[in-house]
Amino acid sequence: MNRRELIASVAALSAVTLAAPAFAQDEPLKVGFIYVGPVGDGGWTYQHDLGRQAVEAEFGDRVETTFIESVPEGADAERAITQLALAGNTLIFTTSFGFMDATINVAQKFPDVKFEHATGYKRADNVATYDARFYEGRAVMGTIAGRMTESNKIGYIGSFPIPEVIQGINSSYIHAKKVNPDVEMRVVWAYSWFDPAKEADAAAALLAEGVDVILQHTDSTAPMAKLQEAGAIGFGQASDMANFAPSPRVSSIIDNWAPYYIERVGAVLDGTWESKATWAGIAEGEVEIGEITEAVPAEVKEEALALKDAIASGEYHPFTGPLNKADGTAWLAEGETASDEDLSGMNFFVEGITAQIPQ
Amino acid sequence: MIDLTTLIPALLIAATPILYAALGELVVERAGVLNLGVEGMMIVGALAGFAAAVATGSPAMGFVAAAAAGAAVSMVFALLTQFLLANQVASGLALTLFGLGLAALFGKSYEGVKAPAMMAGPMGLNWMVWIGFVAVAAIWFFLNRTRPGLILRGVGENHDAAHGLGHPVRRVRIAAIAFGGAMAGIGGAFISIAIVLQWTEGMTAGAGWIALAIVVFSNWTAPGVLAGAWLFGGVTALQLRLQAAGVAVPVQLLSMAPYLATIIVLTLISARQKFSRRAGLGAPGSLGQNFHALR
Repeated sequence: MNRRELIASVAALSAVTLAAPAFAQDEPLKVGFIYVGPVGDGGWTYQHDLGRQAVEAEFGDRVETTFIESVPEGADAERAITQLALAGNTLIFTTSFGFMDATINVAQKFPDVKFEHATGYKRADNVATYDARFYEGRAVMGTIAGRMTESNKIGYIGSFPIPEVIQGINSSYIHAKKVNPDVEMRVVWAYSWFDPAKEADAAAALLAEGVDVILQHTDSTAPMAKLQEAGAIGFGQASDMANFAPSPRVSSIIDNWAPYYIERVGAVLDGTWESKATWAGIAEGEVEIGEITEAVPAEVKEEALALKDAIASGEYHPFTGPLNKADGTAWLAEGETASDEDLSGMNFFVEGITAQIPQ
Repeated sequence: MIDLTTLIPALLIAATPILYAALGELVVERAGVLNLGVEGMMIVGALAGFAAAVATGSPAMGFVAAAAAGAAVSMVFALLTQFLLANQVASGLALTLFGLGLAALFGKSYEGVKAPAMMAGPMGLNWMVWIGFVAVAAIWFFLNRTRPGLILRGVGENHDAAHGLGHPVRRVRIAAIAFGGAMAGIGGAFISIAIVLQWTEGMTAGAGWIALAIVVFSNWTAPGVLAGAWLFGGVTALQLRLQAAGVAVPVQLLSMAPYLATIIVLTLISARQKFSRRAGLGAPGSLGQNFHALR
């Protein structure tokens, strides 16, 4: 043992003895992550993995993280989560909507393990949920889309018809319509979070219909390449997708999970963790708007950023009445804003969207 | 409504990766080997093809490299099953996992890189789409009208009898496995070079498994493989376009249709085999069985 190591270990020892006695930190806290796609998807899972890396960087030796990637939503998810729980992880993040029931089932079997489920709504004493207000970012994208479209047709590649995605479609449409009353929204469901070939084909199908601006709620960058080929534009989803800037990617919604992950791992470390539902947006920095490139005219960029600031300050809510549902029934009265319950169970399109939600 | 002039090219493009992979697997299975590693070989081909296309600027070189890489990883399977007589199902699954991991590892530096322009042929379709048709005809001809094809089928139908007649069972099978690997590699490269135009980890997203289903659907014939690829590719292309056109379609039902068709075809095949004794139908007799020469 040389002198430097000696100093380091003495420092570490004293840190342990002097630190808060709430946790006798002999072994690092084991934190597990379940990903729906590969960490290299350049989108959703990539961002969650950045969050995991931020946890490692923040807590160093006090935590030990593991992840299982490309876990299908379905029966196999339960096996993967159980595997992490059996491996001694005491905090497990399950990072896709479709892991909801599997998370709850495994949580019942491991009452001492804490679970965090992304974008779901089922909680238990040891299951917390967390979500980001993606629809706030979609409002900004919708504004740009409405201004930028020349054919007045906007396309949306949806993954599954679940509330999180439906909120995004509605929010994009409402704000595109606000700046461009002639705008029309085409929706294609890919029924997959990650299938580059299918996503690319979905983009091609929309382009063939005359769509010239595409928003995507799937996780790969495949639609971007198609847009580039066709000279249309789109927006980065989940991750910045800056490789495709300045065009076709003219801006992006970035999920920044790092602050939340650090906060929650910290809570477990100092024993203050409890089950709760967190739904953060632009204001908290969980939803970020990627740089709006020079492909967008300055006044549009300004308008979009002004909307972003209004949402961040709480002065504007993306779902503000008067708004009707697609079937013509009234939803929000003049000046009324949508409640979180309404949003988290959203299963309808707003008036003006002619596409159907598959049942 | 939907424009057929855009639907048909889209159908052909969506069908091409699974067509190549399924044609390769068809030859492998006709030789009596069940290689479940198609997905793994495809993803390795997708990466190798993309890397070579970027490095040389030529998509054609990409497909050559993809074929070589697919064949190379298939040799791992050949070593395990033909020399060490390991279980084919387990080895094939292992090959899929191995290929996915290998491609993810070496693909890191290719994330975000763009593919060179694709090889446009007649009708604005990639040349590989047309070559796929030629491959269907060539493989049909090889299997049904040539002596080596007959030997390959013989090896797959009854390896002991083929061995007894002096045919080199193991060598035929290794050659078939290599061919299957090369075709899967080309199919994978078509996804990365011609469809998605970039490398993304895990980008084959289950195409290899669909290829395996198509071989069963085809009743182990080359024209059947083409029909199956069109059916699977066609349903995907059609439902996306119906949705884009704003037609309310039951997406889940459409996505399910090819699999349902596979089950129906399998049922019909087994019913027919029960009542008739026509040769050349159904799965090869020695499919999935290892061969060990006793004499």
